[in-house]
Parts: sequence; C-alpha cells; structure tokens
Amino acid sequence: MRLNRFGEKAMQGVFFLTAITSIAAVVIICVFLFYNGVPAMAEIGFFNFVGGQKWAPTNVPASYGIFNMIIASIYVTAGAIVIGVPIGILTAVFLARFCPKPLYKILKPATELLAGIPSIVYGFFGLMVIVPFIRDHFGGNGSSWLAASIVLGIMILPTIIGVSESAIRAVPESYYEGALALGATKERSVFRTILPAAKSGVLAGVVLGIGRALGETMAVVLIAGNQVQIPTRLTDGLRTMTANIVMEMGYSTGLHRQALIATGVVLFVFILLITLSMQAIKSRSEKKNG
Amino acid sequence: MDDNRIIADPKSIKAINKVSFKQRMISYKKKPLSLVMLILVALAAALSAAALVFIIVYVLVKGIPNLTPDLFSLTYNSDNVSCMPSIINTIMLTLLTLVIAVPFGVGAAIYLAEYAKKGNKLVKVIRTMAETLAGIPSIVYGLFGMLFFVSALHWGYSLLAGAFTLAIMVLPTIMRTTEEALITVPDSYREGSFGLGAGKLRTIVKIILPSAMPGILAGIILAVGRIVGETAALIYTYGSATGYAAGPLSSGRSLAVHMYVLANEGLHTDQAWGTAVVLLVLVFGINTLSAFIAKKLGSKKG
Amino acid sequence: MDKITVENMNLYYGNFHALKDVNLRMEKNKITAFIGPSGCGKSTLLKSLNRMNDLVEGCKITGEIKLDGEDIYGDMDINLLRKRVGMVFQKANPFPMSVYDNVAFGPRTHGIKNKKELDQIVEESLRDAAIWDELKDRLKKSALGLSGGQQQRLCIARALAVKPEVLLMDEATSALDPISTGKIEELCLKLKDNYTIVMVTHNMQQALRISNNTAFFLLGEMVEYGSTDTIFSAPKDKRTEEYITGRFG
Repeated sequence: MRLNRFGEKAMQGVFFLTAITSIAAVVIICVFLFYNGVPAMAEIGFFNFVGGQKWAPTNVPASYGIFNMIIASIYVTAGAIVIGVPIGILTAVFLARFCPKPLYKILKPATELLAGIPSIVYGFFGLMVIVPFIRDHFGGNGSSWLAASIVLGIMILPTIIGVSESAIRAVPESYYEGALALGATKERSVFRTILPAAKSGVLAGVVLGIGRALGETMAVVLIAGNQVQIPTRLTDGLRTMTANIVMEMGYSTGLHRQALIATGVVLFVFILLITLSMQAIKSRSEKKNG
Repeated sequence: MDDNRIIADPKSIKAINKVSFKQRMISYKKKPLSLVMLILVALAAALSAAALVFIIVYVLVKGIPNLTPDLFSLTYNSDNVSCMPSIINTIMLTLLTLVIAVPFGVGAAIYLAEYAKKGNKLVKVIRTMAETLAGIPSIVYGLFGMLFFVSALHWGYSLLAGAFTLAIMVLPTIMRTTEEALITVPDSYREGSFGLGAGKLRTIVKIILPSAMPGILAGIILAVGRIVGETAALIYTYGSATGYAAGPLSSGRSLAVHMYVLANEGLHTDQAWGTAVVLLVLVFGINTLSAFIAKKLGSKKG
Repeated sequence: MDKITVENMNLYYGNFHALKDVNLRMEKNKITAFIGPSGCGKSTLLKSLNRMNDLVEGCKITGEIKLDGEDIYGDMDINLLRKRVGMVFQKANPFPMSVYDNVAFGPRTHGIKNKKELDQIVEESLRDAAIWDELKDRLKKSALGLSGGQQQRLCIARALAVKPEVLLMDEATSALDPISTGKIEELCLKLKDNYTIVMVTHNMQQALRISNNTAFFLLGEMVEYGSTDTIFSAPKDKRTEEYITGRFG
C-alpha cells in the first residue's frame, strides 16, 4: 500500500517534470542564443550591427551591418500581409457565411491542405514558376521582393483563414439577425456587424501570419534574390535575416558566425514581441467575452 | 392531444419563400456595394482554392514524369541524385524525434489536464511558454540546435542533434492536441474509476489514455507531418550528408533538405520536381491520416 | 383598415407542418397579440411577416402574405420589406458598438450620411423608445454595458430609427423584470398611434393589458381570432377557453 502511494507521488512528479520542459526549453533557447549572439553585438557595436548598412563579413576589415536585412524582413512581411490578409479574411468570411455546404466540404480541407505543403516546396514552386513569370513580365531577374511577397502571402493564407473563420463563427447569430431585420443586406450585415465583432480574433490570425512570414526561411532564400540592399522597386531583390543565416552559416567562422547568430537573436526578439502582442490580444478578447 | 403535423413528402410543396435570382437582383440594384462585396468574397475564396490547385497540379504534372527508378535507387550518386537514402533518413529522424517528444508532450499534457489545479500560476506560465515555442521560426530552432546539440554537446551534425531539435519544435503541437483529447474524456469515466477504488495513476493509464488515444494519435501524426516537411531546422543539425545515417551520431539529409539542396544547386531540376512529388504525397498522406483519425474521434464523441 | 393580411398560409420545416391554413388580418395602428403554448407556431408566423424565416434551412411557405395589399413574397425588395416591418427580438441583441452607432445603424444602412440628420434621428428614436433621458449622456458608450431592460428599449429605438410602418415584437419582454416590462408595455400603447404592432407573448395578462386583437394558436392552427375583449371574456372555442383559464396541458 505504501509502495503504491509512493508510485502515485513519483509519477505525479514525473508528469510535473515533463510539464516544465517547455519552460526549460524556452529558457535554454534564450540563454544559448543570447550567450552566443550578444558578445558579437558588443564586439561589433550594437548600433553598428543593427544600424549598419554594410554587410561584408569577408572584407578586411569586415563589416557586419544588418540594417538592410531587418528592413528586408519587414518589407517581405509587409508584402505578404498586403497579399495574404485581404484574401485570407475574405476567404474566411466566405467559408463562414456564404459558402454552400457541399462546397464547404471541399474548400475547407483545401485551405488546410495549403498549410501542409512544406515550405521548401513553396520555395521551389516560386523559383520555377513565379520568378520566371516576374522576370518575363515585370523585368529584373525575377528573384525579388515581389516574388517573396506572393509566395509568403499564399503561405500565410491558411493561418489567417483558419483563425479568422473560427473567430467569425464565434460571433452570436443575433447580431446578424438584428442587422437583417433593420433592412440591411446580407453583405452589410456580415461586414458591418459580424466582422467588427470578430475583430480581435481576426487580428490574432493576422499577427500569427506576420510571425510566420517573418520567420519563413526556405521559401524566401530561393526566390528573394538575396542581395543585401533596401529595394526601391518591387522587382528588386533583397535578403532577409532568415536568408542571411541559412546562406552563410555553413561556411562562417569566428566573428562572422557569431554575427549570424546575433542576426538570429534579432529575429528571435522580433518573434518574441509578436508572440507577446498575440497573447495580449488573446487575453483581452477573453476578458471581453468572459 | 396528438400532434398530426408530420407530413410525408415535403418535396411536393411549392414554396413561395425561396429567394429568387430576380428578387436578389432587385436588392442588389439598390445596393450595388453589397453585390461588389459578394463578388469580392467569392473571388477571394476562388483565389485561395486556385492557389492550392495550381501549386499541386503543377508539381504533380512536372514531377510525376520524373519519378524514375533512378530516383529511388538504393545508393546516391551525383548523377541519379536518388532520394532513397533521404527517405530512410527521414523515417529514422521521425521515429527518433517521436521517441523523444511523445513522452514529454503527452506527460506534460497529462499534468496540465489531470493534475494541475485550475487557475494555477505555473500552469499559465507553462501554457505561455508552449505558445512561445510554437511561435519560434524553424531557422531559430536550427540555430539553437546547432549551438546546443551540435557544438556544446559535441554531437556534431547528427541524427541525434536533428531529432532533439525537432523534438522541441513539435513539443507544443503534441502537448496541445493531447491536452485537448484528454479534456474531452467525460468526467464520469474518472468518477467511475475512482469509485471502484482505482488510484489516479491507474485511472489515467487504464481509462483516460485509452479513450483519448485517437486524439493523441492525430496530434502525433500532425507532428510527423511537420517533421517530414521541415528544412530550416535540420540543415545545421542533421546536416546534409548524402548517404544513409549509419548511427545516432552520423549525419544524413532528410528528404526536405535533400530537395533544398537540389533546388539550390539548380543542376537537377527534373529530379527536384520528382522529389517534390514524393514530399507532397508523404505530407498529404500523413495529414489525411491525421484528419481521418481525428474524425473517428469526433464521431465517437457525438 | 388592414395593414397585413395572411391568406391560406402554410409553413413547413422539412416534413414538419408548423402552420396550417392560417388566415388573419392585422389592423393598422392597432396592437395584435399572438398567444398560445410553446411550439404552437406563433413566433414562426411572426417571423414570416418580415421574411426572417428565409434564414431557416428547409423552411417552406405557401399561401399569401400582403403588406398594404402588396405581396411580400413577390417582387418586393426584401431589404425594403424589413425596413418597413421592423422587429424586436426575444433576447435583446444590441450590436457590440456604441449606443449612438446602434441606433444610427439602420438609417446609415438606408443611405443617410448627414451627421446632423443622424443626430436628430438618434435623439428622436431614443425619445420615442422612452430611453433618451437615461442614455443621452452615454451615447458614445458601448451598448453592451446597459441593463437588460435598457438594451431591449435600445433595440426598440434601433428598430424605430428606420421609420418602419409595422413593429414585430417576439416575446420582447420575456427576459425582463416587471418594471422594465411595464415600461415597454406603456411604450407600445404610445407607439400604436403611429405604428402597427404585432406581438407574440407568453404572458396572457400582457395581451389582455395592451392588445386590441388577439389570435390564439394551438399545434400550428389558428384556433380563434378576434378582439382581445371577446377572446378573453367570451371565447367561442373550447380550447381557447381552456387555455386562457389556465386549464390547459
């Protein structure tokens, strides 16, 4: 009997330990990234690193400025948002409020399938189809801000559609009926009562999509051109922080390698900020509904 | 009093309240903006669907003709760029990752669903951390894996380093789906088991886990899909050696990494299309399996 | 004068015959009450008068319903119909926006953009709904913060703001306390000078207090229809008598 009770306690302890692995994982990830990245930032100089426009790790003396890449990451994410958010939200509205049932049974799994395509396949598809298309029709060499924006815009669609659709479905039907009863068209009722009521959920989906776009690597590195510059036209190439890491990590050593890790730290901080704002949105909407 | 209001054949009724196309047009004529919105919404949905269909059909059309026996020959060389070794490597990677991640993910979910008290601060922290993990991009996982497993633990580019890195990556997925599955197990099961004098542990192992199994499985399969499709987290952990990974400490490339290398070199485009088909079929097969199992769970509940 | 006429109307939900051969005339500037036990079809009939039943899957209607002699299931613009025939729901359903925006939603829907005009409509509607004094200082506050009774009167104001001819009230007071109920009943008596009111109620006392005509429904049939006084003092049908004297089911 005593042994039995001991077993119960011991297993509870084991379950507890497994539960705190996620805390441990986040802590270790933070520690290792910062421990390896921050000294490089100190050595290069924080402002030279984050604000410097020249990235020439093999020059003598070398320059490690990632400003252009930070901007490029933001540009590419913005491009993905411009393409993915309107289409995503409108698709979610269609699925939740306009879609005939038989069509829904096809369309819904289709949007989920979109999430299952590996990013390398997206990247390769972009490289073989979208890049040549842009080269032939808009000029430049095709690998560009525009190409990356289109592919990322498609990649964040399932995230935005999924989260927005469930937010729209959670809105009480009474709002919709109330608007209809005042003589509003179906479309007006949906867009003026339901969508505003689902706003924080939709916003959460968009933020989640931003996180995905900002962190995407394999698709971007194949199609964005990877020139370290701030693009002035949509057909110009650019290099994101993620692309920088994956391209150069293989052969880098010393301070160069550390600078790449520091690039990862900057990216990580961006992602943490997004996760935080995401959680803020969530707890706010929970408070409102609870 | 009996209610004789069930009629035999509702189809024969000629209803007047069906909104006809003409009526709809009368409304839209007055509210053209509504018609515009309707068209926009339908167009967006069509675009989303078209994107999927286009990508898949294009990959299939380009790739299927390239599914030659050469592509699947047992040994890799730079002519046949066989994806066979990478398929085997991917399977080993997947198995090892699951061996590491499943106990932790399921254990954590059991703690959250069965032991933790509601409103516990620590539980909130655990959830926040799991969400944070879920938001970290794979390239950052790759960096971390390289710094920790490859360098600090001196494992080098290896199966073990890749599997541990991915295990952390899929942990939140397994945790979340398992917890959801555990929560849907009705409390009456627990009460029934306690009522028979079974301890908590016995109740969990004998009663709760079996009835939550389909949900847990669906989550694990979802995680498998992520592992198979993953690239960025593996390049600098599992490495990209072309052969079979002979042991836990040897390097090998997974299928997705293999495809990246092919795409990046640009020398074997045809084979890259073929590999893309293999990858797509694998990932979609896995996702369909997961959806099927989850659906079985859903129908059992209802 | 008849505002709404219902002729030989039948309504089906799938293979369930929910309303049978209903014939009914609702008089202008009067309050007509529908009474009867739950599931008798009275709310269903009410919702057919502004075509809200169109939203229900598998709902089929036959027969004819006319508003001022015009077939509402014919070529009439549905949105215009719903503007002319306003509705107040059983559970107050203000939109999650400010009091002002709630009331202005309808007028804006129908193309009024002028701020001054909107201000005027909002004030008028809130006054008509006897809630202006309570809300005039919190027009910009969220409507979800109001009490249940206030929310329901806000919904009445919202319905009035599109200047309807008919007001349908679907058990509009069933979720409210007696004081709020009293206020809304008083309001109905005042409103009938300008509107035709059709209400569904579970509360027979309420029908007796404020309605001019009453229709009694049972199992999808309209058993009896007449002036409220007659229905309650000298019902012709035995079933009506049983129901109003509480000897029913």
